[in-house]
Amino acid sequence: MYFNEEFETLPRPALEALQLKRLQVVVERVYANVPFYKDSFDRAGLKPADVRSLDDLQRFPFTTKQNMRDSYPYGLFAAPLEEVVRIHASSGTTGKPTVVGYTQKDIETWSELMARSFMAAGAHRGDIIHNAYGYGLFTGGLGAHYGAERLGASVIPISGGNTKRQIMIMQDFGSTVLTCTPSYSLFMAEEASAAGIDFKKLKLRIGIFGAEPWSEAMRGEIEAKLNLSAIDIYGLSEIMGPGVAIECIEAKKGLHIWEDHFIPEIIDPATGLRLPDGELGELVITTITKQGIPLIRYRTRDITSITYEPCVCGRTHARINRMCGRSDDMLIIRGVNVFPSQIESILVGIEGVEPHYLLIVDRKDNLDTLEVHVEVDEGIFSDEIKILQLLSKRIEKEIKDVLGITCTAKLVEPKTLQRSEGKATRVIDKRKF
Amino acid sequence: MKVEQISIFIENKSGRLAEITRILGENGINIRALSLADTSDFGILRLIVNDVERANQVLKGKGFTVNKTEVVAVEVPDRPGGLGAILQTLDTESINVEYMYAFVEHCGGNAVIIFRFDETDKAIEVLKVNNFSVLSGERLYSM
Repeated sequence: MYFNEEFETLPRPALEALQLKRLQVVVERVYANVPFYKDSFDRAGLKPADVRSLDDLQRFPFTTKQNMRDSYPYGLFAAPLEEVVRIHASSGTTGKPTVVGYTQKDIETWSELMARSFMAAGAHRGDIIHNAYGYGLFTGGLGAHYGAERLGASVIPISGGNTKRQIMIMQDFGSTVLTCTPSYSLFMAEEASAAGIDFKKLKLRIGIFGAEPWSEAMRGEIEAKLNLSAIDIYGLSEIMGPGVAIECIEAKKGLHIWEDHFIPEIIDPATGLRLPDGELGELVITTITKQGIPLIRYRTRDITSITYEPCVCGRTHARINRMCGRSDDMLIIRGVNVFPSQIESILVGIEGVEPHYLLIVDRKDNLDTLEVHVEVDEGIFSDEIKILQLLSKRIEKEIKDVLGITCTAKLVEPKTLQRSEGKATRVIDKRKF
Repeated sequence: MKVEQISIFIENKSGRLAEITRILGENGINIRALSLADTSDFGILRLIVNDVERANQVLKGKGFTVNKTEVVAVEVPDRPGGLGAILQTLDTESINVEYMYAFVEHCGGNAVIIFRFDETDKAIEVLKVNNFSVLSGERLYSM
């Protein structure tokens, strides 16, 4: 089922022709309206007319999160403020937030892309969408909300927090689609089970989870505990918000990125050079229809790979793989690149182990150390010491086998690791560089 | 003739044992026997209590990981060689003891040994055939 069949299934040559036309327009536009881009293109010796093919895009300089911070708050806006009808900002945990503005047209585009995403996930008019993404400066809540309305579904703007009430409302209102972060969905399942509520009796059919990386193994966990089909959605406020890319329910194998609005590239984060299809690297996105704050070659810092192979669902848009971390979440432990999600999938693969873990990286005697804290629940607990010791040994061995690094597994009491209603803290890096 | 034992996972950090005994005390649960097995990181507290279901329920309610296991309680005369005779018999029958702990009855003066076997039913059979006094759960909980 498509929301916009014509564009979602546009044959590649037509899609690419459309991309080129739109790219030329946007490059022209930012060069004329945004001083940052004029300087940046001038310094690279490039003019908008240099975009003759899609391949020419890779000659253009990147835009980074730092560039956005430097132009705080409105420096990168390409539309006058009078045309901006909405302002969002990303969490400013590491400094000033990054600010994005949307024109009326941008809001319409976003709503459509989010509606397409809902439909790709298997949702439709008549669904009751329980939207537990936070409403506010964060794009998650309102982004999903507008998309749900455009789809014609009934949206419950519950936002995040107050888990007990969330569960009551899901039960009483008969919610059929849940949207939230994957870790929050598991948190809800735990709370429900503690309150004696069986998630399997709820009407939930589909869960659309995003805003933090998660693993295939965690999908299995969520689907079993919440009794729904779990779909991965991708988005970031700098580019638009939720709905930049989504898995289709037919394949659940890679996220279709809406290429009539975005041009994706995968680069080597170290060299900045484009990587061949299928190779793991940093996702770079150019927005080709945005008016408020169009970005050219924005470095998302998300690590993934891309494929242009046709998909069973009939959509012609490329698929990016499940995000396997952030280029800046990547831990380098004794010279090995490690993404927390890799450890997560190892843990969930061990029978009985819950996906609640914490990685503690430290440096002792000039050597990096990794401690993996894993919660002991009834599934793995035994009254015999040796069984628990074998379990820690097994965790250590599997991590060593898969990642090639030695770690210490430590079993901890359940619910001692921080649960979060937003993004989960998975790593504590105590090293001082 | 089996006895239900509860086991609780505890991290090696201060106050956990006190917390568990406080919870049991507040809920009127009496501890009949206990053993603590520990490693450098964690411990397993094993308890025989007068109300297994209630202990299990209140501790789970407080977020502890709790398991129930079947163990065997054997009454031994409190004199030299009492335990040795039992272990000798078990060894002869190739029954493996996973762990054990003991306490002394406050009336009667006999010792009670709690055994965790890999083959509980077979162990009970062997002990009975050899005329050892295997105690029932009811007897133990109400001691």
